[in-house]
Formats: sequence, structure tokens, C-alpha cells
Amino acid sequence: MTQVLVLVETADGAPVAATAEQFAAAAILGEPAAVVVGKDASKAAGALGKLGAVKVYAADGDFDARLVTPQVAALAAAVEAAKPSAVIVGSGPDAREAGARLAVRVGGAYQSDVIGISKDALVTQQAFGGAFTVTASGKGVQVISLREHSIEGSAPAAAGELVKLDISGDSTPFAKIESKQTEATASERPSLQAADIVVSGGRGLGSKEKFALMEELADTLGAALGASRAAVDAGYCEHNMQVGQTGTTVSPNLYIAVGISGAIQHLAGMQSSKTIVAINKDPNVPIFDIADFGIVGDLFQVVPQFIEAVKVRKNG
Amino acid sequence: MCPADNLQFSRTSNYIAMLQSITFEVRINGGMVGMMKIAVLVKQVPDTWSDRKIDPGTKRVDRSKDQVIDEINEKAVEVALQVKEAQDAEVVVVTMGPSSAQDGLRKMLAMGADSGIHIVDDAFGGSDAMQTSAALAAALKDKGFDLVVAGNESTDGRTAAVPAMLAERLGLAQLTFLRTLEVKNGVATGERLLPNGNATVSAALPALVSVTEQIAEARYPNFKGILAAKKKPIESIALSGLGIDASQAGGANSWSVVETVTPKPPREGGTIIKDDGTAGQQLADYLAKANLI
Repeated sequence: MTQVLVLVETADGAPVAATAEQFAAAAILGEPAAVVVGKDASKAAGALGKLGAVKVYAADGDFDARLVTPQVAALAAAVEAAKPSAVIVGSGPDAREAGARLAVRVGGAYQSDVIGISKDALVTQQAFGGAFTVTASGKGVQVISLREHSIEGSAPAAAGELVKLDISGDSTPFAKIESKQTEATASERPSLQAADIVVSGGRGLGSKEKFALMEELADTLGAALGASRAAVDAGYCEHNMQVGQTGTTVSPNLYIAVGISGAIQHLAGMQSSKTIVAINKDPNVPIFDIADFGIVGDLFQVVPQFIEAVKVRKNG
Repeated sequence: MCPADNLQFSRTSNYIAMLQSITFEVRINGGMVGMMKIAVLVKQVPDTWSDRKIDPGTKRVDRSKDQVIDEINEKAVEVALQVKEAQDAEVVVVTMGPSSAQDGLRKMLAMGADSGIHIVDDAFGGSDAMQTSAALAAALKDKGFDLVVAGNESTDGRTAAVPAMLAERLGLAQLTFLRTLEVKNGVATGERLLPNGNATVSAALPALVSVTEQIAEARYPNFKGILAAKKKPIESIALSGLGIDASQAGGANSWSVVETVTPKPPREGGTIIKDDGTAGQQLADYLAKANLI
């Protein structure tokens, strides 16, 4: 069986949560193997074996200051060693760009934002925010960027045999990472792509202060918090909360749009959600055309009452 | 955060405007030596305000109506023009697309770009990101650009892969997904947007930059700019001019092959209620009944 490589991203030396799903995806196509880069890359072999890695290709070294190029070098070296049929990478900017560069370096199709993989190596993608579903095949070493929370199951545990890679000779020009600033508040809630429930606020919230109601709603439901571009542009919240054409595309079980009119660019980022709830004072806004349950009313009356009702249910 | 960023940017541009007379004198004294050369990648896409479709026959994006320059590309041009205003630079807008894409290039020239490159050949129809980046690389490689600026992601294909692929092909350091950019003393620095924050990244030129939509608000072309744009040169390059073999070009030879395209069935209309004072409670009941909360 041919190997299928997974580019493993780590946080404090441990594989990130999405890794298990990426191994499950690799197992559909062949024998999963890991590619890992960093100071303690080899030390992750045991954990990666448990997640399903038959082999662990590890490039040890401090490459933290280089943007993307060490991951590309390690993947290319692992492709040379393993002759895989495909490579799975994550959906964040770092992983996507490493995958895109790898496709050029080794010769292969690059498949972006994949939500499904079949045994015969067809990938499923969405176009125009879910208005179309596309299946595609790929030539060469197919590089697949997998959207988080799209593949179920896990790969069976395997040996995790360590194979060391030496990428110290890589001379590809790179951008230097001078510093990183992460936002602590965002990490306490589930991420937009990972969440079962997403609540999004729009211009109807009226101000940054009043947008706090959305935080309360999100935390009551254990939901991820999103926003329309209008709310982001108005400064109510951070840009990385934007759901829509130029923000994150989400397809949770439940999407609650509060004070959002539903411009076509917003719909493109959430219309494939399973159940859509909309709350808006204007009965004529387009969000109601796609809502399973719509409430025409004052969000500052409806949302607090809803929060109380949910709390009563949870406590009862 | 983003409105603050925009403010910073406009403050910078006011400052730059004050300094322009000084820069101008330096230009006269220093001639054209050391002038920075900037390429900006732009693309026509179906208007995001329109009902966008994939043609079931060709399995390609239907580009028959409402083609506009992607908004993110206008912002990329804006950034290049701000660099040009801060220091002597030539801004070249580059596109790959059918003959109608020239209208888009003219609009960017009207904004203030100096010239255009139009990669145009029927043989390129249906190119994927791999092929598009190869064509762009072939067009740019011997032209001595110090900086290549792109949008982070187009609104039609949304692969967000072409900038990284182009950096790989041209051997350029990539500074991508930037929400701020400063180019000073031959070094580009900016904040890269991450899912949970951002990273400050830098690289000496030559380099490739991709920008996110917070980078700047694009200026509108004025009447003078629109008139001037008509006289600015656009170089057309066909397949043969790029040294790309016909057996590598176009949808028939793409690396990624679309097999099926299925439109999503229209959503059925749901229940819409008017709040009678109990809507919040009714919503909780509805969601509980559906096991969603």
C-alpha cells in the first residue's frame, strides 16, 4: 500500500487537534505517515504512531523563525523518501501555503479546502460558498488541504517508525517571523470552522459595546462567535471573526444570524449550515429567504429572552 | 482592529504626501537609478453581488456576465501606489484572462499604475492554480521586479494558492496574508493574519507579498487618471511568448481535474414568526425539539 503523508502541525511540541482527522483522511487513500518539523520533532513519533502514523518523517531543528519554507523542505524530502500517492495538509494559512509550494516543487495537483475524500482519490469541494458541490481528481502527487471537521473517524494506531530528515541544507529564500501575537480571548471559544454551533452578529448590534450580547449568546450555547463584514468594518469585533465570502466559510449544525441582513457575500460563507436561524427587525431582509426559523423582532428583546430560556433548560 | 489599521495607513499616506516634493527632487538629482519595480497581480472575477454559477458543460466558472476586478486586487494596487508615493517606483499591473480582462487593467491604470501586462491566449482557458502560477512566473521572471503584490485569495476560485506557488517558482521570499505592509530601505515588513492572532514577518527585497482586505481602502480613479490610462502601455503576451508548451496549457492539461459539478438544491422556506414577546422562548423550544441545544 502506498504511503500518504500528513503535514503535522504542533503546539508546544504536541500535535494539534486536527491531526487525528488528517490521519483518518490519509487512511482512506493509503498508509498514513507523518511529516513533522521543529525542535522536538522526533519526540512526537510516539504520539503520531498512536494517531495512525506507520512512519514518522521528522526534521529536527529550530526553524521557528522561517515562514513556511522549512515545512516545504521537509515535505519534499519525505516525498522523495516515501513516494506517496498524496499529501494531506491542514486548512490554516501556513499549512495551505506549504501545500501549494510543495505541489509546485514535486509536481502535483493542489486541492484546496477539501471537505471529502473517496477511496479512488476523488476529492469533494464546495464552490461559491456551497452553492455548488464539486468533485475533482488530481495528477501527480495530489496535495490536499483538508477543511477542519469534514472527515469522520480515525486511523488505527500504528508503529510510528522514526525516519529522520535533514533539511539543514535548504537555501530557499524565506520571510523571517519576527514575533507572534495570539489573542487569548478567541481561543476560549471553539473556532469558527470547528464549532457545532456558530452565532454571528451584524450591523444590527449597533455598537462594539452592544456586541457583547453576542459573546454572552455564544458562551451560553458553547458556540463559536462570528460576524458579518459590516460588523467587522464598523469595528464591533476582530476581523478574524468574519464569516462570508472574504472571511471564514462555516457549515455548522446550527447557525444563528443576529442583526444580519444577509448580503450575498455573507450567505456565501454560511449557506451550507444545516439549520439556519435569523433574527432581524426588518422582515424584508434576504437572510429570511434561507432561514429555517426566522424571527422578525428587536434582537435586544429576543436574544436576552432566548439566553434565559436556554439557561433554564440547562439548569433544569 | 481593522478600522484602526486603516487609520494608520491613511496617516502614513498623508505623511507621504507631505514628503512628496522632497522625493521628487531626489528623483531629478538621482535620475532613474535604483527605481523600485513593483508588479501587482489582478484578476477579473464574477461580481460577488451577482448570482454566480458554474457552467455544467465546461465545468468552469461562468464568466459570461458581471466581470469585475476582484476587490482585493484593487487593494493590492492601492498598496503598491502608496509605496510608489513614498519612494520612486514603477507599478505594473499583471493579469491573465480573456481579451475582456483588458478593461480591468485599464481601471487599475486609471488608479495610477504605470503599465500593464496581459497574458492572453485561448489556450489558457480552464487553467488551475498550478498552471496560472506557471504562466505568471514565466511572464515576470526576467523583468527585474523588486516586489510582487497579490491579493491573498480571489473570490471565485478561493484557492489562496497562487501567491505561494509564484514565490516558489520565482524563488522569492513570501510575506503573505498581510494586513499591514511597510517597505523601507529595501526591506518589506508586515503583520501576517493568523486564525488566532498575527505574526510580524519581514524579508529583504526582492519579495512577494499577498495582502488581506484590511490592508487599505482603494482609491477611486479620478477623471485625469481615466484619461491618462488610455495612453498607458499594455503588453500582451500569448502562450508562445511565455515559452510554455501547448501540451501543458489549459483545462485539458490541468493538474486538478473537475469531474462533477452539482448545484445545491434550493433551501426550502422555513418558519418566520413576528415577535409577540415570546419569540426568544419559542426559539429555544424549536431548537430543543430539533435536539440542537
